[in-house]
Amino acid sequence: MAQTLSEQILSRAAGRQVRAGEVATVAVDLVMMHDSLSPSIIKIMEQELGVERVWDPERVAVVIDHVAPAATVQTAEKQNEVRRWAQRQGIRHFYDVGRGISHPVLVEEGVAQPGMVIVGSDSHSTAYGCVGAFGSGMGSTDIALAAATGRTWFRIPETVLVRATGRFRPGVSAKDLALRAARELRADGATYAAVEWHGVEFLTVMERMTLATLSIEVGAKAGLVPPVGIPQQVPDWLKVQEGASYSRIIEVNLATLEPQVSAPSVVDNVFDLGDLGRVAVDVVYLGTCTNGHYEDLAAAARILAGKQVAPGVRLMVVPASRDALLRATEDGTLAKLIAAGAALGTPGCGACIGRHMGVLGPGETCLFTGNRNFRGRMGSPEANIYLASAEVAAATALTGFITNPADVM
Amino acid sequence: MSRVWIFGQDINTDQIVPGRFAPIMLKNEDDLRKYPFVEHRPEFAGDVRPGDIIVAGNNFGCGSSREYAPLALKMVGVGAIIAPLFARIFFRNALNLGIPCFTADLTSQLRDGQQVELVLEDGVIVTEGGERIALPPPPVFLREVWAAGGIVPFFRQHGRFPGEAA
Ligand code: SF4
Repeated sequence: MAQTLSEQILSRAAGRQVRAGEVATVAVDLVMMHDSLSPSIIKIMEQELGVERVWDPERVAVVIDHVAPAATVQTAEKQNEVRRWAQRQGIRHFYDVGRGISHPVLVEEGVAQPGMVIVGSDSHSTAYGCVGAFGSGMGSTDIALAAATGRTWFRIPETVLVRATGRFRPGVSAKDLALRAARELRADGATYAAVEWHGVEFLTVMERMTLATLSIEVGAKAGLVPPVGIPQQVPDWLKVQEGASYSRIIEVNLATLEPQVSAPSVVDNVFDLGDLGRVAVDVVYLGTCTNGHYEDLAAAARILAGKQVAPGVRLMVVPASRDALLRATEDGTLAKLIAAGAALGTPGCGACIGRHMGVLGPGETCLFTGNRNFRGRMGSPEANIYLASAEVAAATALTGFITNPADVM
Repeated sequence: MSRVWIFGQDINTDQIVPGRFAPIMLKNEDDLRKYPFVEHRPEFAGDVRPGDIIVAGNNFGCGSSREYAPLALKMVGVGAIIAPLFARIFFRNALNLGIPCFTADLTSQLRDGQQVELVLEDGVIVTEGGERIALPPPPVFLREVWAAGGIVPFFRQHGRFPGEAA
């Protein structure tokens, strides 16, 4: 019987044919943990489970990205504990301050590969679906168990299919498709399910990551783009099968898609930009695992080149990874952004969780290229966060109010 | 007796414990007990009593994977959480920590501040007036984890994951 991508990957990992709805124990290929939760994961593994060594140091990755570089003495101290632990464990895939956000880094390093089961201590671990891996976020206890045993359990998810047709118009991109899907599915529309994004083979791997990361915002366990047209080696058993069953299908015509904006304070509160009215902003923040990729920096630079950020607006640029930053440096993208008035942060999560590098004050409004606009997410609970694409971010930085890129291109 | 705390829908993990109050940000991890709903419902952390019940709307616990969100609720003694749908990472984390979660919509049957009795073994809530509200029985794989008191004791006892044949 035909299987979804999740069923194919989880069947292989379970060592038997599994179908949506079953509960199965599966072998994991990779466990990711980051600085913010590693201390509790290590503690649970050592003290509660009584396990000293991770099951396979080659298949555990540790990334210092959430508060990188450390913002307080406590975080510095905890990060040192994590560094020492990773060294003792012989973990080679250890990426320190400045290398970038775990999700793009593990893809760039070739550690995350098509067909893998990857669990991470970060809800946006759905990101690995950008290369056709089953990536799923879990809490400290689940990650401690996975790191200790190389296994975890899943209820095999049903799959919600988002089928795109056509091509984006200029100034419209993957973020708009993802927000459009969130608008239809709502914040809980794919809870316990996986999302498959079809019709997007023309996107780069990092553009696919935008879709994969936002899959968690509709509640999904994983968010996969079929691995075709990517540089990674794809196992021959992994492909979209005719007749696989989908619990729900959503169609989006990219050719008529308008720029989408998610207004405070839930991700599914999505509008066509044109229906939003005039929204003045204080801060434009370009970054995160959702839209801090080279492609996003380049799209923003195309709009901002030779122009200046509006008076009174702060433009923060925090590249998702060192690779993105390097590429943007080499081809002049970065110079264009900085000349336009951008302030540059260290590659990493930045202010996405409100801990450092540009947290918001009370009453401030931010146009954010990230993935969550919850109250208090980026700092003050009295700040307002609007989510949109890198193109909208750049257009907004130019005018000072949320602006359709088509109006300034 | 348990007090009922009613919450709305789409309660996210930033509302339960903002990322700024992660244990890694605190001097003393035990201080986490001060922060459940610190901004969303500031009186909660001070007034909640062990055994109290959270009764919420749809999609409770959406957002981040931070286990310290349910951990903070466990630290202040929340006895059960009842919602029509839980976000999956939160649900797993709560299960792993041994916090009973029931999938039911009781937001219109119970009032905020109401005193009730939760009889976990029978899966019922008994109101002051003697009304019995049956909670839907959780699937076997969840019950075996609860019975052990969380996933770590479960794994240590059985050497396997839930749902897997013994
Ligand atoms: S950038 Fe934001 S969403 Fe992405 S991993 Fe970091 S904190 Fe999570």
